[in-house]
Parts: sequence; structure tokens; C-alpha cells
Amino acid sequence: MKRVALLGMPNTGKSTLFNRLTGASARVGNWPGVTVDLLSAKVLLGADMVEIVDLPGIYNLHGFSEDERVARTFLEENPVDLLLVIANSTQLDRQLALILQLQELELPMVVALNMDDEARRLGIHVDTGRLAQELKVPALSISAKQGFGMGRLRQALSDTLAQVESAKSADLNRIFRDDDALEARLEQVFRGAVQVPLTATDRLTDRIDRVLLHPWFGLPLFFAAMLALFEAVYTLGAPLQDGVAWLLETIKTEAVEPAVTQWHPMLQSFLLDGIFDGVGTVLSFLPIIVLFFLFMAIIEDSGYLSRAAFLMDAFMSRLGLDGRAFVMQLMGFGCNVPALMGTRVMRSRGLRLLTMLIIPFSLCSARLQVFVFFISAVFDPWAAPLVLFSLYIMSFAAAFLTALLYRGRLSNQEPLLLELPPYRFPTLPQMWLRGWREVTHFLREASGFILLGVVLVWALTHYPADVAPASPETLAGQLASLFAPVFAPLGIDHLMTIALLFGFVAKEIVLGAMAVIYGAGESELAGIVAGSTDWVQAYSFMLFVLIYTPCLSTVAVLKQESKSWRFTALAVAWPLALAWLLSFSFYQGARWLGL
Amino acid sequence: MPEIPLEMNLSELPTGETRIIAALTGDPEIRTRMQSIGLRVGREIAVIRRSRFGGPLQVRIGTTDLLIRPQQAMQVILT
Repeated sequence: MKRVALLGMPNTGKSTLFNRLTGASARVGNWPGVTVDLLSAKVLLGADMVEIVDLPGIYNLHGFSEDERVARTFLEENPVDLLLVIANSTQLDRQLALILQLQELELPMVVALNMDDEARRLGIHVDTGRLAQELKVPALSISAKQGFGMGRLRQALSDTLAQVESAKSADLNRIFRDDDALEARLEQVFRGAVQVPLTATDRLTDRIDRVLLHPWFGLPLFFAAMLALFEAVYTLGAPLQDGVAWLLETIKTEAVEPAVTQWHPMLQSFLLDGIFDGVGTVLSFLPIIVLFFLFMAIIEDSGYLSRAAFLMDAFMSRLGLDGRAFVMQLMGFGCNVPALMGTRVMRSRGLRLLTMLIIPFSLCSARLQVFVFFISAVFDPWAAPLVLFSLYIMSFAAAFLTALLYRGRLSNQEPLLLELPPYRFPTLPQMWLRGWREVTHFLREASGFILLGVVLVWALTHYPADVAPASPETLAGQLASLFAPVFAPLGIDHLMTIALLFGFVAKEIVLGAMAVIYGAGESELAGIVAGSTDWVQAYSFMLFVLIYTPCLSTVAVLKQESKSWRFTALAVAWPLALAWLLSFSFYQGARWLGL
Repeated sequence: MPEIPLEMNLSELPTGETRIIAALTGDPEIRTRMQSIGLRVGREIAVIRRSRFGGPLQVRIGTTDLLIRPQQAMQVILT
């Protein structure tokens, strides 16, 4: 099968073109020599099946960034029949440089000049015939977003591929031709083929920026936008998650439970509380992931993410992060899982890992449930909002402290040089495709791990079989007694320690687990908790719940995204240590003060 | 007549003004990156706006708008 590599600079609509050419059939996969996943798809071009591989966006073939290394290694290690190079028609003055550089690899090439519609609107005229003549390769104007010119592009691809005899891998040693010669050639090609009016700026974008990047109103508008986004994901996501939960519960009680009543009780429990709940945990994340990426597509493709970087960078750069990290951190307050997946927009690995390290501190909606319960059970109504607010402050403080501590190790060598693209609107099919792809990726990569974890905790809390589940006599209870010396100085008794063990799977099940542990209904639980814990103990427990591992799914996604067990271990161990230190300082400090 | 400095760096260019890039200094890796994103010698560059609290500058080269932090802007010499 013939292979086409899709290459281009960032912000050229490369993924839009890839989606146009391949539809929903694309899969992420591993490639020889390359450490990151690349999307690829097999499509019918003319009469032949052709494999198209989407390489990361690069500015320069001999650049030093992570993405540039990946593209280089891919071309060296994997033979390709054709390079499909996409360029933004409105920016050919600099984008031609990459095309000229790629030509030195002497591989067959087709050039797609994207955003033809935008170029026309700005009055930029590209003479494609002349350009094709100068470059000696087919060059076509397209609009990947509108679908214009796709037929001709497919034709050009299959015509060019028909003439290719064998695939070649690239010899990158030959491309170190000096930049001055390339520059001169660029000038010559550009002058001959492109006409740009004197002022070719997007006036609408300028007008919007004057408001959104306003020195005084920019930041408040940014926070308002983030709040609205967060609200939208939450308001739409919560009922969807409830719907999934209801559906699963119905299937469980109506179909699965009657089917297994004859089975051994232990086997029943394993199936219902282990396997089935594990599957439920995985499924409950799906609606929120789709929803998150629908909204992410809007802020990312519109160009607003770069504006967020402009607004927040002065502060975030001091933490070794940039403004985009702040957006992901805020999204984490809805749910950490998709926020971690969203960090993929950050192309520098150090920056991305540092962001992934701080996102789990964001007080997600699952933790909020636990806090609301504890606060209303233990604190006076007047103090409740203040206590909750203080937990939000702690959430930010833990994240920023972590960034400060680790910015040296996971430092961000690449300077912030971001493009501010004109405002654009993503199309709905693009948004759906993105959400769908993320969900399937999550299912493939994370579900096994999550299921395994849920089953493990089930075993801990249900073995031995002759004692009450989650009681102090189970393995979990014994484990909690074993850890008593660790948790006693935090004011957390050993029944609550069992609850923390459940919380490692998901914070949603902490309250349910406590009901089981205390042998009470959830309605009576508040009274029991209020009777057995004072406010210092309750706050210490909440601090621990806030800081330590948010849930098993977060851990699974940390691994999925970082592809590093070492980083995943750090991202679990450090918050545990921090949680212990903070709870310890708070509890002992408060007791010392006589509270 | 007020004296116009012959050379300045991008971080000193007042908002709204345009000059020509004369040279890029500093670390070669960062220089390559600046070049490939469009900061090339001989091109006209304008500062569109500055973010508050010493944050990045929004600059325009031809049809491309970029964000650049002040410390990198200092490495862009203008005539």
C-alpha cells in the first residue's frame, strides 16, 4: 500500500484537511522511531488504497522542538511515496520556506494551498499555475473547511502516486543547505506567484481583539468566558452523566441482578460491585469527554486559546507555565480527565507534563459532592460558604506551589512564540469527529486500567467473604489499621481511612462507601459523621481528599497521555505526600492552638 | 531635532510603530525557532499591543500576528 505523509505548519488547517480526506476512519498508532502517537487512515484514492499519516505541525525541518524531531524521525525511518504539504494561502511569505526545505528531500510532493476563502477575502491572489511551475510540483488552492477543491486535490494525489515507483525514506543530512540561498529562492517564488495588498489584515479580528484583549476589560472578559464555558460543560454534562448512571443502574437491577440470583453470593458481588461498577465508572466519563472536546474545539479552533495565553502569561510564566495551562486548570474544575487530555495543545513536553502535574489539584465536581456533604454535616450554615471557598483557594495554592517546585525539573525550554490566528469558527462535523476520537482513545487506552483498579478495590473491601463488606475485618479494614499510625496524626480514624481507599477509585463513591462502612443509610450518615468528628478532623479529612489522587481514571489518563510510568508515579506520589503534609500541619496546628 | 536611535530592540519599540528587523541575537536554537515562525531579517515588524504586568507583546509581520515574551523580544534587533 502506498503511503502519504501530511505535513505543514501549525495553524494551516492541517487536521481539518486530514479529516476531510479520511473521515472517521482514522486511528492513532505507533510508528518506528517515533515516541508519540500519530493519526493515520487508509483511504481509497482513485483505484488504490492509500495510507495517509498526519505528522505534527512543524515550522522548520531542522528545528529543535519536540514536534520537529518527531516529523524528522518519521521521515527518516518510515518510507513514504508522497509528501502532501499544506500551507496557509494568506501566509505564503513565510510558509513557502517549509515547502522549499521539504523539496530538498527529493520526494514526490503535492502542495495544497489552504484557506483559499480567507485569502480571497483579504485580497491576496495566489497564481497556482505559476507556483506549480516554479516548484515543479502540483499546487492547488483548496478550502479544507468548506470542502472546496477537494476533488481536484484527490485527483492530483492519485495522479502523482501513479507515477511513484517505490517509497523512500528521507535522507535529512542533505537538507542543511544554507538559509540565505533558501531565502533568496523564497523571495523569487513568492514575488512571482503571490500578490498581497498593502494592508492585508483581518479587520473583524482586529476589532474583536480590541475588546477581548483590552488592557482593562480583557481579563474580566476572559474569566467570564471561562465561567460560562465551565457552566455550560457542567450544566449539560451533569444530566448526561446522571442519565448514563440511571441507565446502568436500570440494566443492573432489571437485567443483570435477576440473571445472577442463583449464583454464589461472592461471584454475584464480584460481577455486580466489581466488574459492572468498573464498566460503569468508565462509561460515566464518556459524555463529559465528548462535551469537553466540543467546547475545546470552539476555543481552540477559534484562536481564543492564544488570546488566553496573551492575557495570563505575565502571571503564568512566573510558574514556568503559560496562559493555556491556566485554561486547562480551570477546565479541570469540571472534570480532571478531559482537562488532562486537553493539554495536548501544548507542544513542549516539559510544559505539558508540568501542566498535567497541576491539573489533578483542581477541585472537580466529584470532590465537590463530598465537600458539600461534609460541610453541611459538620459546619454551621454561616461558615459553610467560607469553608468551601477556602478549599477552592487551597486547590489553587496546591497547584501553584507544585508548579513552583517542579518548574525547574519539568522546565519549559521552548520560548513562548505563539501565533495569534484570526478568529475562525470550527464546523460542527469537525467538532463531533474530535469528541468521538477522544472517546474511543480513552476507551482503548484507559478502560482496562480503570477496570482493574475497581476490581482490586472490590477485592480489598469484600475479602474475606464471611465478614460484612468494607467492615474493619476485611482486607481494606486491615490495611486501614496498618496505616493507622500514618493517618492518626491527621485526625483521620481508621473507618475514614477505608473511605479514602474507596476515594482512590472515584470520589463519587466515597459517600456511598461511608454509608456501607458505618452501616447506615446515606440519610442518617450526616448525623453519624457529625457525632463522630469535630470540625478540625472534618476539615483535615477534606484537605486530604482535595489534594490526594482524584480518581483512578485520572491516573489512567495521566499514563495514557504521558506514556511514562515514572511520571505517572510522580503524579500519584507527590500529591499523596503533599496531602499528608497539609492535613498534618492543619490538624496538629489547630490542636496546638487548642481548637 | 530629537535624536532617533539607530538601533533598538523589539521590546523597546513603542506600540503602534513599525521597524525593520536587522538581526536576531542569542541562543541559536531560539533564533532558529524565531526565524521559522516568521521573524526574518529584512521584514517589517510592528507592535500591535502589549499585555499588562510585563506580559507578552503582540507583533505583526506581514499577515502573521505573533505573541512574544519581552525577554525574547530583546533579542530582536531593529533598525
